[in-house]
Amino acid sequence: MPIRKAVLVSIFAAVAAAGAARAQTKEVEVVHWWTSGGEAAALNVLKENLQKQGYVWKDNPIAGGSGVQAMTVLRARVTSGNIPTAVQMLGFDIQDWAEQGMLADLTPLATKENWAAVVPESLQKFSKYQGKWIAAPVNVHSTNWIWANKAVMDKIGAKPPTNWDELVAVLDKAKAAGVTALAHGGQPWQDATLFDSVVLTTGGPDFYKKTMIDLDQASLSSPTMKTVFERMAKLRTYVDSNFAGRDWNLASAMVIKGDAAMQIMGDWAKGEFIGAGKKPDQDFLCFRFPGTQGAVTFNSDQFVMFKVGADRQQGQNALASATMDPAFQSSFNVVKGSVPARTDVSDAAFDACGKKAMADLKEAVAKNAFMGSMAHGHANRAAVKNAMYDVITRHFNGQLPTDQAVKELAAAVKAAS
Amino acid sequence: MRAGGALGWLQQALPKLVLAPSFAAVLLFVYGFILWTIYLSFTRSRLLPVYELAGFDAYERLWLQPNWWRAVNNIAIFGSLYIFICIALGLLLAILLDQKIRGEGFLRPVYLYPMAVSFIVTGTAWKWFLNPGLGVEKTMQAWGFSWFHFDWLINPDMAIYTIVIAGVWQASGFCMAMFLAGLRGVDSDVMKAAQIDGAGAFSLYRRIVIPQLRPVFLSAFIVLAHMAIKSYDLVIALTGGGPGNATELPSTFMYSYTFTRNQMAVGAASAVIMLMTICAIIVPYLYSELREKSA
Repeated sequence: MPIRKAVLVSIFAAVAAAGAARAQTKEVEVVHWWTSGGEAAALNVLKENLQKQGYVWKDNPIAGGSGVQAMTVLRARVTSGNIPTAVQMLGFDIQDWAEQGMLADLTPLATKENWAAVVPESLQKFSKYQGKWIAAPVNVHSTNWIWANKAVMDKIGAKPPTNWDELVAVLDKAKAAGVTALAHGGQPWQDATLFDSVVLTTGGPDFYKKTMIDLDQASLSSPTMKTVFERMAKLRTYVDSNFAGRDWNLASAMVIKGDAAMQIMGDWAKGEFIGAGKKPDQDFLCFRFPGTQGAVTFNSDQFVMFKVGADRQQGQNALASATMDPAFQSSFNVVKGSVPARTDVSDAAFDACGKKAMADLKEAVAKNAFMGSMAHGHANRAAVKNAMYDVITRHFNGQLPTDQAVKELAAAVKAAS
Repeated sequence: MRAGGALGWLQQALPKLVLAPSFAAVLLFVYGFILWTIYLSFTRSRLLPVYELAGFDAYERLWLQPNWWRAVNNIAIFGSLYIFICIALGLLLAILLDQKIRGEGFLRPVYLYPMAVSFIVTGTAWKWFLNPGLGVEKTMQAWGFSWFHFDWLINPDMAIYTIVIAGVWQASGFCMAMFLAGLRGVDSDVMKAAQIDGAGAFSLYRRIVIPQLRPVFLSAFIVLAHMAIKSYDLVIALTGGGPGNATELPSTFMYSYTFTRNQMAVGAASAVIMLMTICAIIVPYLYSELREKSA
């Protein structure tokens, strides 16, 4: 009997303790996948801001660069009713969750702080659902960048190319000089990242919108799309034979070490260069994919707010407000390699590439050429995106001839949408 | 009787009491979730489970996916080669080890130990080993064999066979152990009698030993078949499903459709098809085996 009593008492104690922990209302729990050193340090700015306001920051990082693992964890947690305060999320995932009726309404706060005036409209498409704010955008990454090793470029006597033909000429020179012309990792999303830029340079922003965002069947099967696939095949010839399955940061390392001339990758690649102690314009060059100057394909990390009890809403609002704070937007994005989601943040703290990126973003917004990246889930939903991936990656790996790839792309999109 | 009643009752009930929790857990977490998956496959679940029935919609969509056809095609190649080579190699190794050779105690664990390595480690090790820029091809070329090429890992037509290589490397030693145990169980008197009758080593094994190993073949087949169908970590570590999606298997398909492509119903449908495939292979086999024994 005494033993059973002791067991019972300890169980009650444990339950009570758990209850007490849950009753801790001044707590914000954030699920994210910013686990690299710089990212974690950048997030600290937000953490300190909230701690000053008296909140307890409960960090819940889930390793895995693409966020796939985090989304799996999130699904399990939401299904079991253990809902976090905020979750880092990308693109159409936000809309999918909103559709399930799971997300909080941030509109009162957004109206008070006038987010609508400073957040670009293409970005609002993801932060809002049916006219209500559901997420606070943290940053804007753009995907149509090229990162080049300056020493290699100087050695082969090449300047940053400004159109497709010049790009091919530079790549040919690099190949002739015996370095890998294009550092690339053979994973479907990386192939698709190239595809984003090639579509944009081949058909221009309007064509990009028609094919990648509006999924217009006629444009998807047009001769322009055939040119896109031909150019993808051309790019394939500049990649070393050993690219299959390589991670993107290993491809960046090839450029950093001078084994490769350039890499086509989003601006998170800058973090690798900076981390290796390289300086923009001195050791490496950043320029827009030739022919896409003035246009930006983006993806954007956002803090999505889930519906929580009234006791936790205050913390949620404080977190959303702190996320939109210009000081946080600046200091976080300086480290992350991306640019602020607000267009009114000063570029003083940013390096040369960051300043260029912020100017490009403003120009693209003004020219209506600020568009969601297909490769990073900001042009269409996961089903369509993955259907495109399948065709692009099979073509890039030589499993699909160009003519057939054009047909299959249109068919796959139709089947998935 | 009364005095021993409590003790007797305990003795009788103890096995049931001990087994009850794990029985309940298996019932819920294996069979319960099988039923749940089957139910989900008849819904229109996408991001999260929904419970409104939608008929065979998910199955229709599943069989319309070119990816699924590739996965089915790949599992046919991988499964048949993996099972056949593992059994053949395991049997051969076992027969060779059974020749009363010196150092058997040392050789046995050498062959068996790959099984102790997880698939994820096997996959990563073989990824480096087979990578043309790092592993065997580079080494051979550095040694002066410049004609040597082995780039199956990055060749979309051959990549599925590299998975067979890594899988066989890991599991054939395990098969060997099973066959060796079986060989040791063969009645030595029968073998001696056959030898006296003048049977050579080859016909001795073909006519007398191997037919007696039938139950071992069955166990090996069942173990290997389910390992082939559930092999997920090996593919993820070795090729990530690539190059392109040349090494997509039903297991990788199921995971990506359920968890990353927001098509939970289609993923559930693919899981049900996988279950049905295993049943279709194993149930008739078990049935014929068990009927033979009772006859």
